[in-house]
Amino acid sequence: MIPAPFDYVAPSTVDEAVRALADAGEDAKVLAGGQSLLPVLRMRLAAPTTVVDLGKIGELTGVRDEGDAVVIGAMTTHYDVQRDPLVHDHALLLARATDTVADPQVRHRGTFGGSLAHADPAGDLLAPALALDAEMVIQGTGGRRTVSAAEFFQDFFTTSLAPEDILVEVRVPKHTGWAAHYEKFNRVAQAWSMVAVAATVRAEGGSIAEARIGLTNMASIPVRATAVEQALVGRPADAETIRAAAEHAADGTSPTVDGNADVEYRQHLAKVLTGRAVEAAMVG
Amino acid sequence: MTAMAEPEVGRARVRKEDERLIAGRTRWTDNITLPGMVHMALLRSPTAHARISAIDTSAAKEMPGVIAVYTGDDLDPGGEVGMPNAWPITPDQKTPRRPMLAQGTVNFAGEAVAAVIARSSAEAEDALAEIDVDYEDLPVVLGLDNAVADGAPLVHEDLGTNTSAEWIFDSAEAGSGGDVQQAISSSEVVVTRRFRQQRLVPAFMEPRSVVVDPTAPQLTMWSATQVPHILKTMVAMTLGLPEHQVRVIAPDVGGGFGGKLAVTPEECAAVVVAQKLGKPVKWTESRSETMVAAHHGRDQMQDITISASRDGTVTGLKVDLLADMGAYLGIVGGGVPVLGAFMFNAIYKIPAYRFSCTTVLTNTTLTDAYRGAGRPEATFGIERIMDELAAELGMDPMALREKNWIAHDEFPYTTVSTLTYDSGNYEAATAKAMQLFDYDGLRREQAERRERGDKVQLGIGISTFTEMCGLAPSRVLGSLDYGAGGWEHAAIRMLPTGKVEVVTGASPHGQGHETAWSQIVADQLGVGFDDIEILHGDTQSSHKGLDTYGSRSLTVGGIAVVKAAEKVIAKARTVAAHLMEAAEEDLEFADGTFTVRGTDTSTAIQDVALAVFAAHNLPDGVEPTLDSEAVFDPENFSFPHGTHLCATEVDTETGRVRLRSYVCVDDIGNVINPLIVEGQMHGGLAQGIAQALYEEAVYDEFGTLTSGTFADYLVPSAMDLPSFTTDRTETAATSNPLGVKGVGEAGTIASTPAVVNAVVDAVRHRGVQDIEMPLSPMRVWHAVHQGNAAAGTEGEAGGGLGSIDPAHGGAQ
Ligand SMILES: Cc1cc2nc3c(=O)[nH]c(=O)nc-3n(C[C@H](O)[C@H](O)[C@H](O)COP(=O)(O)OP(=O)(O)OC[C@H]3O[C@@H](n4cnc5c(N)ncnc54)[C@H](O)[C@@H]3O)c2cc1C
Repeated sequence: MIPAPFDYVAPSTVDEAVRALADAGEDAKVLAGGQSLLPVLRMRLAAPTTVVDLGKIGELTGVRDEGDAVVIGAMTTHYDVQRDPLVHDHALLLARATDTVADPQVRHRGTFGGSLAHADPAGDLLAPALALDAEMVIQGTGGRRTVSAAEFFQDFFTTSLAPEDILVEVRVPKHTGWAAHYEKFNRVAQAWSMVAVAATVRAEGGSIAEARIGLTNMASIPVRATAVEQALVGRPADAETIRAAAEHAADGTSPTVDGNADVEYRQHLAKVLTGRAVEAAMVG
Repeated sequence: MTAMAEPEVGRARVRKEDERLIAGRTRWTDNITLPGMVHMALLRSPTAHARISAIDTSAAKEMPGVIAVYTGDDLDPGGEVGMPNAWPITPDQKTPRRPMLAQGTVNFAGEAVAAVIARSSAEAEDALAEIDVDYEDLPVVLGLDNAVADGAPLVHEDLGTNTSAEWIFDSAEAGSGGDVQQAISSSEVVVTRRFRQQRLVPAFMEPRSVVVDPTAPQLTMWSATQVPHILKTMVAMTLGLPEHQVRVIAPDVGGGFGGKLAVTPEECAAVVVAQKLGKPVKWTESRSETMVAAHHGRDQMQDITISASRDGTVTGLKVDLLADMGAYLGIVGGGVPVLGAFMFNAIYKIPAYRFSCTTVLTNTTLTDAYRGAGRPEATFGIERIMDELAAELGMDPMALREKNWIAHDEFPYTTVSTLTYDSGNYEAATAKAMQLFDYDGLRREQAERRERGDKVQLGIGISTFTEMCGLAPSRVLGSLDYGAGGWEHAAIRMLPTGKVEVVTGASPHGQGHETAWSQIVADQLGVGFDDIEILHGDTQSSHKGLDTYGSRSLTVGGIAVVKAAEKVIAKARTVAAHLMEAAEEDLEFADGTFTVRGTDTSTAIQDVALAVFAAHNLPDGVEPTLDSEAVFDPENFSFPHGTHLCATEVDTETGRVRLRSYVCVDDIGNVINPLIVEGQMHGGLAQGIAQALYEEAVYDEFGTLTSGTFADYLVPSAMDLPSFTTDRTETAATSNPLGVKGVGEAGTIASTPAVVNAVVDAVRHRGVQDIEMPLSPMRVWHAVHQGNAAAGTEGEAGGGLGSIDPAHGGAQ
């Protein structure tokens, strides 16, 4: 369990990091918290020639208020996201989902940006990012650009990041005062999601004014349960509305099969968990 | 007169080992570094069955830091060395030779094919990729039914069969009971089931590691092993080394659970390589290697038939096992399922019994002893089928057990499988457990939930287990063709300053022997707990022993310590009498002091030790030493028992099982240290529950282990387990002077069927009679929604690769 040899660089600015990646060519790899990359390297499933460590770039860490959005630096750890007051007030769903990631050790090292860039369909932060209409701020050799979550996630472990791109920060539109719940289903406490549902809703006078539902691990990328959202909005916030809406949770999903779940079971879980997630969000 | 000291035995002392273990201020094999030491890395076969047509090591030899690269033929040109199987269960058992490194063929994915020796472990690992092996695929033999089918391809061509041995016990032939076929055909009720014992990975915390130093005339081997003494003898025999020139040291060892009682090809290869190079060699495996190459456990198919009369009296039990040995036989190998032969009848009076076991070779990692070894499998089989019989009879499952168990006034009791249980009180343990559990209250709640069609159903599972442990009376082992005896050795050294060194042949690897043995000796000799040091695991200081497995350390090794202490006191008495000018018969010994009866003349054992050291004034003919040793060979096994009750909540919408409560009342006889017992129970329960709900080693159709990391092989954490309610009854064993019984495996043996019975009980009204282990949410959900037993196919559980996707190697 020793990685193959590689060159290591630890730049102190994003510009330098992008240059280091461009110089190293195709076989370079960005290192964030290392919680996904290091196992891959140690098992020699990947053997990059150069590893560019973002750990020394101060500008990538932290959460700030930008008017209508909360901006989270890519290198902000799960631990810090969980505890951040801005995230709590304006993107509660993200805090709730982050609570369920792995264990305290992993949350102290793993980063928000790393999770999104890694794009594991079982990762817990992709569906919330999608549900909250987050935007990815990316810097590459051609400068900065912004990509919506819907465009960012492309396939299993695949995003719109080019090899020399760095995910700099994530702009999350404020969902101030929205109720939220992340319903995760796994076999043991530290395991990845078999299926999970990210739900955030805004109620107004006893009915559901707005709803955003994201599904984890129901396809090669996170999925927005738009049929469920539509079935919720404008209806009374009661058990019957939720039950009927949750029936649509598996619409248009194409989950993978593994030893833990076949397609039928995953789609069934998506419905049950969607009902539970919305209900739990409403209860608070 | 001194006041009576509070006895050490029975005190819940915190373990004296804990500080160094928890702080890591200790020595594990892997942190031993010797001058000039080189590192070994092993290339492992990616395929499960293939002929090796060529191995090209030339490029690897040119890699930086590489000193040598060896193949199987390099290490053993004559193809003569085979890893030992110490338990040939039948005279005609087929035992394939297991080489150090594969020779000619590879027989399971993970078998070592070549060894790189380099200056650093990183360089050794880098060079592995440069070895070029040509494999010609052979048909892969997987699955018990497939392996024994007519015309099945063979794992080992030369053996002509995949069946290693067939072992049968028949109570009619043994004269211990009736004819089972007759019992079954004449009974009112007959229940037949097929249960699967999935394959498990022992998952000890410290991966295996070995360091061999060949630079002195006596070769020294450090190994993360449970069995330093067996290893010394076996390495000598296996490699043809003079035994007196081998020293084995097991330093602190991070768990074993049976997984470290083997004599491994890696250990032997390290010895041969070290001798070839004349340099110390270290090999430490990665977790990935542990998963594929260290032996696995369980893996049986059990066909069980039980017969009874309508009133619930069991009339017969027939068990036919297929046991998957993997590609070779391990050190105890086929003996593991055979141990189960004596345990299927459990605590019950069964008039007719037949057990057959076929041990089968497949292209998988070998299986061998894993916590409980044969007894969990048997206990699972009988406790599951008792529940099925109760359901068939419409009887309360506890009432059925009560009707058939051995009553407390029937001990000693000789069972249908010919063991004599010395002691026990199943009524007392059960009564206490039922009360702690609130059995009646939970049954009421279960009925209410069923009544109102609650989506969360409640189930109650029972396991009234016993086990045979404290391995073992040497004569019994001999009658079973086991390759060694079952005695244990201890020695006590009385030092001039009054301190005490205790040498034990047991080899702790997490159990806490240092604490427990100190408590025993403190009481025996009347010296302070802190004045005692326990020496173990080094064949130079502890020259004689049979090590730690099978819950044997206390009931065999602990008794040897008592016997050695008795000899110390006898010697000291002679000297004390001489010093106090009294007759030996007039001396009383209590709390470490000899007193002349009826006087206040006394002398402490420490003073006697100093006087003996000086040896100025000893009686004629008395040797100047109090040091003593003893070897204890038990007359019988130890038979702990207990009643385990589990309540589960099954979410019928998702199939998730939640353990609502778990109560166990165990009877392990007298207790030396309740805290250690508690620790053994909790860990054991976790492992047994893990078999029921989480763990499974899964192979794909090519024989690749797909549950090869802890992302897929699900070991539970404290988060996944309820708070256990543990309690005890204490029926002293009559087979040893401390009245103790083994506890190391009890929790693991008992808990698995309790959990599965509880889940099946929760959903039986939906037509479910069985769910295959582990009871993953998907299997439970399918069972509930399809009814009956069609819950999951073989090898279905296990997870995805989590964040590690081999096809993509990370992001982008
Ligand atoms: C035991 C364990 C359990 C886990 N359980 C969960 C879980 O339950 N749920 C869950 O969601 N996650 C889980 N994780 C994953 C964890 O959340 C990781 O932290 C996360 O997936 C990756 O974040 P990282 O900062 O460690 O990234 P790294 O491992 O450093 O990088 C991951 C990948 O993203 C790329 N990358 C990282 N940052 C950037 C960037 N700024 N720009 C461009 N590319 C970048 C890297 O090149 C690499 O390919 C678990 C991890 C472990 C070890």
